[in-house]
Amino acid sequence: MTKKHTDPLERVTQEMKKCVKCGACRANCPAFGTFQREPATARGKVALAQHLVKGDITLDDGTYSAMSKCLLCGSCVDKCPNQVPTDEIVIAAREALAQRRGLTTFHKAVGQVIRNRKLMNFGALAAAIFGPVFFRKVPATSGLRLRFPMPFIGGSRHIPQIAKKPFMKRHPEIIKGEPGKPTVVFFVGCMTNFVYTEIGEATLALFRHLGCTVIIPQGQQCCGLPGMSGGDLETVRELAEQNLAAIEKHQADYVMTACATCGGALHKLYPLVIGKRNPELKARLQAVADKTVDAAVLLQKLGLHPEETGTGQRMRITYHDPCHHRTAGIAKQPRTLLKETPGLDLVEMEGADRCCGLGGTFNVYHYESSLDINAGKSKAIIDTGADAVVTGCPGCIMQLSDGLKQAGDKTRVLHTVELLARKIRR
Amino acid sequence: MLDARTLQQLTDIVGAENIATGAQDLICYGYDATQMEFLPDAVVHPDSPEQVSRILQLANKENFPVFPRGAGSGFTGGALPKGGGVVLVTTRMNRILRIDTDNLVAEVEPGVVTEAFQMEVEKLGLFYPPDPASLKFSTLGGNVAECAGGPRAVKYGVTKDFVMGLEVVLPTGAIIRTGGETVKGVVGYDLTKLLCGSEGTLGIITKIIFKLLPYPDSKKTMLTVFDSIDGAARAVSTIIKNKIIPTTLEFMDHATLTCVERRFNLGMPDSARAVLLIEVDGDRDLIEKQAGQIHKLIEPLGLVQFRVAKDAAESEELWRVRRLVSPSLRDVNPDKFNEDIVVPRSKVPDVIRRIEVIQKRYDIPIVNFGHAGDGNIHVNIMIDKSVPGQLEKAHEAIKEVFQAALDLGGTMSGEHGVGLAKQPYIPLELNAEQIAAMKAIKGALDPNNILNPGKMLP
Repeated sequence: MTKKHTDPLERVTQEMKKCVKCGACRANCPAFGTFQREPATARGKVALAQHLVKGDITLDDGTYSAMSKCLLCGSCVDKCPNQVPTDEIVIAAREALAQRRGLTTFHKAVGQVIRNRKLMNFGALAAAIFGPVFFRKVPATSGLRLRFPMPFIGGSRHIPQIAKKPFMKRHPEIIKGEPGKPTVVFFVGCMTNFVYTEIGEATLALFRHLGCTVIIPQGQQCCGLPGMSGGDLETVRELAEQNLAAIEKHQADYVMTACATCGGALHKLYPLVIGKRNPELKARLQAVADKTVDAAVLLQKLGLHPEETGTGQRMRITYHDPCHHRTAGIAKQPRTLLKETPGLDLVEMEGADRCCGLGGTFNVYHYESSLDINAGKSKAIIDTGADAVVTGCPGCIMQLSDGLKQAGDKTRVLHTVELLARKIRR
Repeated sequence: MLDARTLQQLTDIVGAENIATGAQDLICYGYDATQMEFLPDAVVHPDSPEQVSRILQLANKENFPVFPRGAGSGFTGGALPKGGGVVLVTTRMNRILRIDTDNLVAEVEPGVVTEAFQMEVEKLGLFYPPDPASLKFSTLGGNVAECAGGPRAVKYGVTKDFVMGLEVVLPTGAIIRTGGETVKGVVGYDLTKLLCGSEGTLGIITKIIFKLLPYPDSKKTMLTVFDSIDGAARAVSTIIKNKIIPTTLEFMDHATLTCVERRFNLGMPDSARAVLLIEVDGDRDLIEKQAGQIHKLIEPLGLVQFRVAKDAAESEELWRVRRLVSPSLRDVNPDKFNEDIVVPRSKVPDVIRRIEVIQKRYDIPIVNFGHAGDGNIHVNIMIDKSVPGQLEKAHEAIKEVFQAALDLGGTMSGEHGVGLAKQPYIPLELNAEQIAAMKAIKGALDPNNILNPGKMLP
């Protein structure tokens, strides 16, 4: 039987039927918030997916444009009266688009880069040395930028400083802890490994403080979410398999990550998206998913006392909920830890759980809109008068820093673990 | 079909970025919450009454239909482009023009989202009460055109009770003002009231002047559980009869509770057969007193639980039961017909009994909940369209439900409107003379029948 281009969509037709086009998604979708046109809403994309299956429209530029206007943030799913999984439907549509039209140049580059750790390591080294010059000299439209190993970065944004030596190169694979204490696999993630190594160091310090044995599997790769966002599910499957192998090599009680996005991949999207398409991997993906836990959640569970490890500095902070935390129901745990940390005064911003606008690779295709969404976020942060905005996702950290800098504001952007580990890191 | 020249003229009016003819755009402006679908030929997003006027003048000249649309969240198809034509979206006109705290009025454009408006006036200690369930995404223009209601209508009334004046583009393109911003005013016909609930058939609203109220000092939420549906229904009329007008009096029947309980496990008592969610607002001392009176009045009616929220968080927790209704219903059957009949408040027990009989006769699940305090019951007929014969049965049952409401002195629709969905049933409620009078008005204002044709009147 020949494969139809809409095959990936056929898999989610039952899910599409749940949408009654009530319009509730108009209130919650950040992409609709900025584009203000119906094809950007969740119900619009579901309607288009239904017409694709029926064959009334094809996987042409119009479909591509509509399907690209989604951050995969899951807000629509959370607030949908019928819990229509529009994120899954959009991923399927993008997979169909990729199969039909081929990947875009950018997403081809993303696939090549995230599949190739050596290239990433080399790229990171090169960028650390030449980074600032490199990015000022190369125009945003140049294909050279696409060769750069951080697949999240596009447009004219403020580029974060790339680490001279990736986090994983600084540590052995196994760091022995006290006997009888849990063994924790640390899934590091690209942003922490190559850019925000401080997050990795703080996380490591906290789990060592608790006496845990920390394993940093050397075979771990990118989680693959940038690929998923472009419909390149073949690359995501490859990466998922490699990550499975790297994690399964070790006996561990938990698979921990300090990146909300990586957590979302391991915990939810691997079994849901990759497992659905590759039944032979499903049980293994589910086993890892069941063990996957966010750093802050695990720290709280293992009984961290932030007064022993954290700040000691008077600071007014506000907390931003990453989308991949919100969809996993993580909100209280990091806040509880931060409130217990000496010196920190937590004030809530308006719409703390609203997407920052990064949205995987959304910001590359729709940088202006991504900035527009981010501007609202920046304003909410600035309005609190906080010294720092704290969050649990390095992707959000990059986006929030960019937004605040563009707004000419000096509010610092920090990861929860950085504040929790302040005393033991000095 | 529109020819290239007409499309170019439309483009000249709104600008190239505000007109769409691509297949994807047409699909996305061809649906609403009825789940019916019709494809328009073009979608335009004008930004001023002048642009709206020019579009309508062109429509009269070139003879194409125009379908006004807000958020597209209607339940009866009022915004659907049946037969093709141009969908005119009002959401770019979304400015709150002024909030006048001296005279307690506000002037807004039609594309403002209801909740956004409420939040702005509440910042100034003012109150815009109409609260349709869609308030987080529906637009004020749509609310006025459909005369939206909501739970707070028991005490405060519906959208039209807050509209003092309008700016409207008539179907021929004339821009007129109706009403004004004074409490009194009797010069000429009351076109404002005529346009409220006219479902976009008589004009396109481009500005609205709303009456505002002071924001109530405090409110109290009570969740009351009854061991019989009749007890709950009688509680509604008992409260009103004793001269207490709550802000809301929301009703949920046994079938509704079963759905919610099955999915969300809220721990309702086994003897629960119906629930009333009651809210009172106003002066703190007064509402304390009213809450006590209500408890005493409904106690003998088979009350098995009475919970009062201590604070806003607990109030939200009690409201959760009501909010979970909609997501739970689909567990009964995949397709629903959501009707919104109204009867005089004292007739609520009677209409519920009549619906029980209809449900038994047709053997299809009917789930009832809604704004019992103003006699407005949401009757949800749950079917599976893929089962042969069910759709026909549903239509017969709906007809009988409407007839029951009419027999008791009520109406077919309290807040959803007629649109396309209820059009076939119109002769049940309106006679030939009434329809002729309405058609005369439509014909006088829209001689070429270009504005939202084929809607409402048969």
